[in-house]
Amino acid sequence: MNTMHRLALAATAFVGIAAAAVGARADDMNDPYRQPALDALKGKSIVYLPISIGFDLAQAWGGVVKTEAERYGMKFKSQDPNWNTGAMAQGLTSLIAEKPDVIVTQNPDLQSLARLLKQANAAGIVVIQMNMQGAVQTDAFVGPDFIAMGEQAAKMVVAKCGKGTETSHKVSIVQGVLTGGVSYYQVQGIKKVFDANPEIKVVSSQAADWDASKARAITETVLQQNSDLCGVIDVWDGQGVGTGAAIKQAGKQDQVYFVTSGGGAQSMCDRLADGTFSAAINYDAPGMGRDAFTAISAVLQGKQKAGTVKFQLYSPTRVMTKADVKAGTCWDPEQYAKLLR
Amino acid sequence: MRAWSHYFNQERIVFTLTVLLLIVFALTLPKFLAPSNLLSLVRSVAVLGILGLGMLIVVLGRGIDLSLVATMAISVAWSLQLAASGMSMASAMGTGFLFALGMSLVTGILIAYAEIPSLFATLAMATFVYGFGRAHLITGTDVVYLPPNIGAVASLGQGALFGIPMPIVVAAVVALIAYLFLRYTKPGRFIYAIGDNLASARIGGVPVRPILVAQYVIAGGIAFVAGLVTATSAEAMNTRVVNSNMIYDVILVVVLGGVGLSGGRGNVRNVIVGALLIGVLMNGMTIMDVQYTIQNVVKSLILLLAIVVDSIVNPRDEQTGQQGDI
Repeated sequence: MNTMHRLALAATAFVGIAAAAVGARADDMNDPYRQPALDALKGKSIVYLPISIGFDLAQAWGGVVKTEAERYGMKFKSQDPNWNTGAMAQGLTSLIAEKPDVIVTQNPDLQSLARLLKQANAAGIVVIQMNMQGAVQTDAFVGPDFIAMGEQAAKMVVAKCGKGTETSHKVSIVQGVLTGGVSYYQVQGIKKVFDANPEIKVVSSQAADWDASKARAITETVLQQNSDLCGVIDVWDGQGVGTGAAIKQAGKQDQVYFVTSGGGAQSMCDRLADGTFSAAINYDAPGMGRDAFTAISAVLQGKQKAGTVKFQLYSPTRVMTKADVKAGTCWDPEQYAKLLR
Repeated sequence: MRAWSHYFNQERIVFTLTVLLLIVFALTLPKFLAPSNLLSLVRSVAVLGILGLGMLIVVLGRGIDLSLVATMAISVAWSLQLAASGMSMASAMGTGFLFALGMSLVTGILIAYAEIPSLFATLAMATFVYGFGRAHLITGTDVVYLPPNIGAVASLGQGALFGIPMPIVVAAVVALIAYLFLRYTKPGRFIYAIGDNLASARIGGVPVRPILVAQYVIAGGIAFVAGLVTATSAEAMNTRVVNSNMIYDVILVVVLGGVGLSGGRGNVRNVIVGALLIGVLMNGMTIMDVQYTIQNVVKSLILLLAIVVDSIVNPRDEQTGQQGDI
């Protein structure tokens, strides 16, 4: 009886100590850094103003930023200027007066918004530029290093069409909008590599205005003129669909090596799988959305004035071919488009 | 002298310009005259030509349809999206076609019965069709890719018939039908009568309002066909074309060929000549590696040249001046 009593006492004491210990641990685990971080984000407002909300990249960026913003109790609003630079400048002007905490935007070209973005920064608004950097640096640029990507695409073409290959060495470049960052910087990179490989003959370098139909018409004519064309680089997979269609319809898929790049939406995987693209450089648009939110989170927690620290967040890229395409490799834009509705 | 200048109406001026350009390009550009290049030249303006025929039918009745490109893009993109989401290809195509006809029917009623000037009615409808389509019909990206189950429809924009690319064949068939319709059917002749003088056509017993409505519905149907050719050749329907200056290119093709915007004057041949000039220009400049911004400048200069030459050779007199040009 006595032993039983002692045993029970010991057991109770043990449970008590254990409970106290666990309790103390739980108290210790109360992260002192969490609350300030949450407070820095809560209630802040983000306005999303890309060139258009109608295309896959912008849908992924906005969808991810919105999801994360709502997770931390931030306000998220999006505006759709629908490819109209004028409407975009107007929207930005009224936003500067409205003073949200953060603007996430995308430049239609190098110059149009540069001054306004500078003003927004000066007004204390954090400005994140997506994919197409303007002529001014703000808190963060999020996007691939397009010059390096251009070099990479050009090197891939040189490997197939350069010195030592039994080809015509003829290459064609399909640009987007001449002054658009994505196009302009990629072409800089491409030129650099081709200049170092003088055997490569660039037979055409024209802008297709981000339009698949124009890209198709241009490439069809280029193929007529140069039936021995060896390689094609298109600066964006959205218009590359048309470029690829021209190559396919000319029956030259075996002869022409076609590289393009994009954010990795399902259409990219589909075109790789059916052989429209020989290879594609994927810069993972949802990943860019995450980078954008990381930048927002970092700048807001830093509490310094907008535009104090400026950085370039280059997105990781991945070269994909038909062999890399599996179920779920690419993402469905519809899923993000729904979030932004 | 008078007879000589009469011979050179705008259509002939433009045709002469086209031939001159052809000769210049043939002499200066390698492989320009190769049959495959000439085919690709015509092919590149096939869609523009088809839309031009739709515009012709409206313009002949002294109207204008600025909603053609919007109707084309949204109706076809919606068809493709319906097909991609599991609807059978035939019913998806049928739905898109009915949408195109329905929208242009509304346009026609606004113009014929509510008597809203066509310029404003179609401008408003273009915005409505595009806005409604982007908000409620095409819910994903603004570029709709060809679904894998596209099947035989794809042959409208791809492949060839007896060595002639299909878009050219489709354009030729539409042109033939439009020619027969305008030339040999009663409604076709009525359109000319209305465009020439609406009041006298009405007094003469022409059912003016129904014919006006029919013009826009036909144009809407043609726009759907043009859209199918566009989508199947580029393997995607890009609804952003609505924001581009394509509708002005369509008007350019029609006006360049010598169709009078004041109505009642012009035929299918004018559209073909206009489209050919644009085709020769674009093809030559693409071979020369000229950027499209410069191409637009050259295109507009050619249009101005054609108009200036026309107004010198065929000066306006009091009668033609009163026609109420747009």
